[in-house]
Amino acid sequence: MTETIKDKVRAFVIENFLFGDTSYDLADTASLIENDIIDSTGVLELVAFIEDQFGIVMGDADIVPANLDSLARISAFIEARVGAPATA
Amino acid sequence: MRFEQFLIGNAGRQAAKTALVTDRRRLSYGEFDDLTGRLAAALARAGVKRNDRVLVFMDNCWEAAVSIFAILKAGATFSPINASTKADKLAYIITDCEAAAILTQAKLMPIVAEAQALSGNSDLFVASTAAPNGQTPADAISFETCLAEVATPVPHRGIDVDLAMLIYTSGSTGRPKGVMMTHRNIDAASESITTYLRNEPDDIILNVLPLAFDYGLYQMLMAIRIGATLVLEKSFAFPHAIFERIREEGVTGFPLVPTMAAMILQMRDLEPGFLPSLRYLSNTAAALPPPHIARLRELFPGARLYSMYGLTECKRCTYLPPEELDRRPGSVGIAIPNTEAFVVDDEGQRAPPGVPGELVIRGPHVMQGYWRNDAATERMLRPGTNRWEKVLYTGDLFQADEEGFLYFVGRKDDIIKTRGEKVAPKEVETVLHAHPGIAEAVVVGVADPVLGHAIAALVVLSDPSLTDKDIIRHCARHLEDFMVPKIVEFRTELPKTDTGKVSRRLAAETMEPAQ
Repeated sequence: MTETIKDKVRAFVIENFLFGDTSYDLADTASLIENDIIDSTGVLELVAFIEDQFGIVMGDADIVPANLDSLARISAFIEARVGAPATA
Repeated sequence: MRFEQFLIGNAGRQAAKTALVTDRRRLSYGEFDDLTGRLAAALARAGVKRNDRVLVFMDNCWEAAVSIFAILKAGATFSPINASTKADKLAYIITDCEAAAILTQAKLMPIVAEAQALSGNSDLFVASTAAPNGQTPADAISFETCLAEVATPVPHRGIDVDLAMLIYTSGSTGRPKGVMMTHRNIDAASESITTYLRNEPDDIILNVLPLAFDYGLYQMLMAIRIGATLVLEKSFAFPHAIFERIREEGVTGFPLVPTMAAMILQMRDLEPGFLPSLRYLSNTAAALPPPHIARLRELFPGARLYSMYGLTECKRCTYLPPEELDRRPGSVGIAIPNTEAFVVDDEGQRAPPGVPGELVIRGPHVMQGYWRNDAATERMLRPGTNRWEKVLYTGDLFQADEEGFLYFVGRKDDIIKTRGEKVAPKEVETVLHAHPGIAEAVVVGVADPVLGHAIAALVVLSDPSLTDKDIIRHCARHLEDFMVPKIVEFRTELPKTDTGKVSRRLAAETMEPAQ
């Protein structure tokens, strides 16, 4: 399950923010912002992806670096939320 | 007055007061003054002289703020470079301004090394911050070592009509142009803007915009001028986290661009009055749509909202006094204090109210010209009524109402505004044409609810196996982030005029606004 979520997130990030560049060495814990992989509009795309793919409703307070600023954090956030009720 | 004098003066009056807040470090005026003095001495020791150009190639970090004032204290001219700039453009800028030094961050050193090799400039002094592991990159002097210098004032003998900064903007020829601003220009612009914003020394201004973008840069310059506090953040990618910073720091001033306003309005859980410390919000780059203005006023009932307009070549042209917002929400206002802004027809005569024409700007904030580019300078700076001065032809079409309030109509040329930044289509097309699999390309702006305009590339392929992602990836390797096309469309041929020239106007007409 965990691998599936992380794989899906990684595939989305590579396809949309690295434009399919699989040669980029993207570590699970690397900051997406600090490494200039996503910008403001990228975060909006990422949120839309998480909501559509995993059926999670993200409140404003969920859209923070602690939940979204690396592949590992995104995967952990989704994993914790899948099946759990959304918080406001 | 030279601009670094504001820092020196405020450090003398209020050494303990907080000047700068970043995620890693807080600096008082005393500390900021001391660190800039140390770096200035290190630059002088490294051979940087009065009027030399020094590039600041960093994201929004405390080291960038220190670098900018240190360069001024060394008597030199700073040029802030967007941290997403790629090696070929950086090499062009190093060569164009004959840079003497570059101050950068470890993560950007690979770009600097590549650019330095491309430029063939082996004399460049390079100082870099340390990597997270504490190591300074090879080929660079340690930024920390520079700060260990004794802060002896540099006897540079500079005066306030010397160049303080060179800001590169996207050029219609495909190459960036350096906008030349003297200390006196910055003094005039910052005095005018802080006057109408009614800034006070107890203001706490939050800046998320790049220091390489003049709107972001001026937040720092104005804060230091008035002895206020600047909270510097790297981006607006996580608005909720930024709002937390506003609460923690008691921020009073919050500059926006329309893209940020659009992001705020997409948030779901905001309550009116949720950031009570804010005294004012400002918006520039493009007028906000009236429904966005209405919603912002609802969310920030205690804050004044300023609609403004400007271009790097004079920093700021106009502002709408907040009390006029109800009556003319679509206007970007009147000339900023101690300047003039008026609309002229094709013959250079003042256009009557309601008749569109080019916006012309007159005042002490108007640039000195483009660095070593007389042809481009002559197109923008033209003789005014007085024989002794030049006025700035903005290339923007405006019209005035009966009371003289100004309204943006459009651009005279093809320049695209995206995320508040100007992009010359030619600069993107040049990169596209350099791809061996692309036969022809044209770049246009497509209306977009968040970006203002999204950059769209219409492409005719010579290599049919190329995908849109391949093309975007190619562009991302050569262009700053905001210049990379969001949309790529493949065509069998491009729209052309009767004379066979590719037409951006006709191309734009074939595009649907983005959803």
